[in-house]
Amino acid sequence: MALNEQDVARIARLARIDLTPERRERARQELNGILGLIERLQAVDTQGVEPMAHPLSAHEEVVLRLREDEVTETPSETRRAELMANAPAARDGLFLVPKVIE
Amino acid sequence: MTLHETFGGIAGLRAALDQRRVSAVELAQDALRAVAGRADLNAFLHVEPELTLAQARAADARIAAGQAGPLSGVPIAHKDVFVTRGWRTTAGSRMLADYVSPYDAAVVERLERAGAVSLGKLNCDEFAMGSGDENSASGPARNPWDPAAVPGGSSGGSAAAVAAGLVAAATGTDTGGSVRQPAALCGVSGIKPTYGSVSRFGMVAFGSSLDQAGPLARSASDLLAVLEPMAGFDERDATSRPFEGPRPGYERAAQAYAQAGARPLEGLRIGVPREYFGNGLAADVGAAVQAALAEFEKLGARRVEISLPRTELAIPAYYVIAPAEASSNLARYDGVRYGHRAAEYGDMIEMVSRTRAEGFGPEVQRRVLIGTYVLSHGYYDAYYLQAQRLRRLIAEDFQRAFAGQCDVIMGPVAPTVARNLGENREDPTADWLADVYTLGVSLAGLPAMSVPCGFGSGPVNGRRPVGLQIVGNYFDEGRLLAVAERYQAVTDWHARRPETPRCGGPSSDMESR
Repeated sequence: MALNEQDVARIARLARIDLTPERRERARQELNGILGLIERLQAVDTQGVEPMAHPLSAHEEVVLRLREDEVTETPSETRRAELMANAPAARDGLFLVPKVIE
Repeated sequence: MTLHETFGGIAGLRAALDQRRVSAVELAQDALRAVAGRADLNAFLHVEPELTLAQARAADARIAAGQAGPLSGVPIAHKDVFVTRGWRTTAGSRMLADYVSPYDAAVVERLERAGAVSLGKLNCDEFAMGSGDENSASGPARNPWDPAAVPGGSSGGSAAAVAAGLVAAATGTDTGGSVRQPAALCGVSGIKPTYGSVSRFGMVAFGSSLDQAGPLARSASDLLAVLEPMAGFDERDATSRPFEGPRPGYERAAQAYAQAGARPLEGLRIGVPREYFGNGLAADVGAAVQAALAEFEKLGARRVEISLPRTELAIPAYYVIAPAEASSNLARYDGVRYGHRAAEYGDMIEMVSRTRAEGFGPEVQRRVLIGTYVLSHGYYDAYYLQAQRLRRLIAEDFQRAFAGQCDVIMGPVAPTVARNLGENREDPTADWLADVYTLGVSLAGLPAMSVPCGFGSGPVNGRRPVGLQIVGNYFDEGRLLAVAERYQAVTDWHARRPETPRCGGPSSDMESR
């Protein structure tokens, strides 16, 4: 099933990528090309096969570790300044964004 | 020749440093000159001579104090997806054009602790997505064997820097072949270890269930020297796994292969998948790989034909799973806490959407869009879960081969030698198909390496290298390195050097040291 312009607009909105009409048309063609490539998956009989999320599960039982939910970094002004240094817009130790709530 | 190359590999270099025949500062100064002299390669993105020299002075101090680490004074460089405090980290993306990390990646920390001296950060495809290095926002690195050819990717700068002798080794990352393929195309050795053996902490994330760091270097022995300090458990990476490291397995295998005299690999069973030698394989690459297999037989190994029936299906499985994980991982680039932000926008959503349209290059946008689609409501089962089921079948195919038929698997890394720069520009998925021999290994999480095994044929391909892929079972990278070392003991492909341009380079008046 080929993607139409509305499909691509919806995907781009979900992906938060602003596409101009020309780029959207190009994306539509490219994505349909890619879908043609990955569609071959559908022909494989995978009944009863457990989806593999972690590659080592072919080797051993995988248990992902969890850590204690606690602060691990020592807070300091210097550390905060380092973290904020990359922010495109910041003031008084806060990240600035457009107003979200009226 | 760069100074560090004149001591015969990392072991020789370390011995020379310990015997004070050369200092880390001399090596670093010479490597910095070499890097500046090969700006034509576009291999390095960020160089900070003062930081490099400071690390070199620290290495000399440790050596003088009798506390040298395993890599003290050895010049290396990092793919620009490992975050570093000193050097910028861009991941080859406009999105991170000015990003300076507040911390070092685990790999960077570990190699610095081992004493290695970093020359800086290496070019790569944007967010490690690509196989020609042409998706880098800074333009592609060049293949030192032929400036008209791509160096491969995504660790293209890493492979080019090692091939040109600018550094003794470089770090890379491999999600679907990004260490092995550039190593093959640039005629150097590279290894992707077992998933979980090297920490991903501080590695800019692409496909987290696939991403694995590994070194590129001149030889299997040099790879072992760098991989050993790189690998190891790290609690900051949820998928890091404790294991004994590559050294013990290497020692066991090297000992076994040393006892058998003229046929040291007697008893080694090499699985050769018939699907790796089909129509898509170029004749010149096939001939070089077959010649390498014949060499292994002379060393005593036995060749066993095996089947990996889902080899081609690895392409669709990978190009669902990797983009899906990428779309999730790259959601963090929103122009709020770091990275590019669009100049003009109205509300928050417009700010994020314009930021991402401007910050991501075409290949990254394609993969994020397709990844978003396969994870979206109504398509998740048909694409994503189906790809994960196929992933298990692919992993089981490898396990079947290793269970009864063979000890290692060998075949080509890529179907052709390096293509020309600019080829495939009109067809974004043409390069994807060329990943056919590396993707299955990545989906299965197995260790695999590439070693130089010859060149293509004809006036153009004849100077473009070919790599042999050697795949092992989980955590068997030590054996892979020992097997490759035996091959490199009787062949000299890994010792070949591309010609260095003589005329006009800024290095020409600095070579008289």
